[in-house]
Amino acid sequence: MTSVHDRIKELVESNKIVIFMKGTPQMPMCGFSAATVEALKTLGQPFQAVNVLADPAIREGIKLYSSWPTIPQVFIGGQFVGGCDIVRELAASGELARLVAAAK
Amino acid sequence: MITAQEIVRLVEAALPGARAVARDLTGTQDHYELIVVAAAFAGKPPVERHRLVYTALAEPLRGPLHAVTIKTYSPEEAPHDVGA
Repeated sequence: MTSVHDRIKELVESNKIVIFMKGTPQMPMCGFSAATVEALKTLGQPFQAVNVLADPAIREGIKLYSSWPTIPQVFIGGQFVGGCDIVRELAASGELARLVAAAK
Repeated sequence: MITAQEIVRLVEAALPGARAVARDLTGTQDHYELIVVAAAFAGKPPVERHRLVYTALAEPLRGPLHAVTIKTYSPEEAPHDVGA
């Protein structure tokens, strides 16, 4: 059986931009997740969304994987970028687009 | 539930010389906005700053505290009215 850690690793390494969120981009279940999705949309690029409410193992596992206690979480190029506040700041400053451009 | 005062106490205890302000965003004492000014933030990127705050709040984040939105400033970066 694949461990949660390995499942998360596979997700973030096989998708350039990944958000772990509560709900879906179409129906976010938390204001912070919704705001982070909006920030990602400004990139004009596809991103992979993982609904942690539909997967309790991922919901707990992602906090250990990134050593970050809250959701949403964004990964770019396999690297943890931040939560809602940081992703919004990076999007506003243009740094988020640079991270995506630099990611493999 | 956790009070704003308790959040401020935990953050200021964990970060020497820090000043913190906590505001209940929802009226339900589980979603807070937190502004923290601390010398420990100087020269650190946002992720490292937020980790310092989350570490201070690790215990309540496992239970009564569901979400915090965090703004961090070093003393040099801080707006003049923080904590006023």
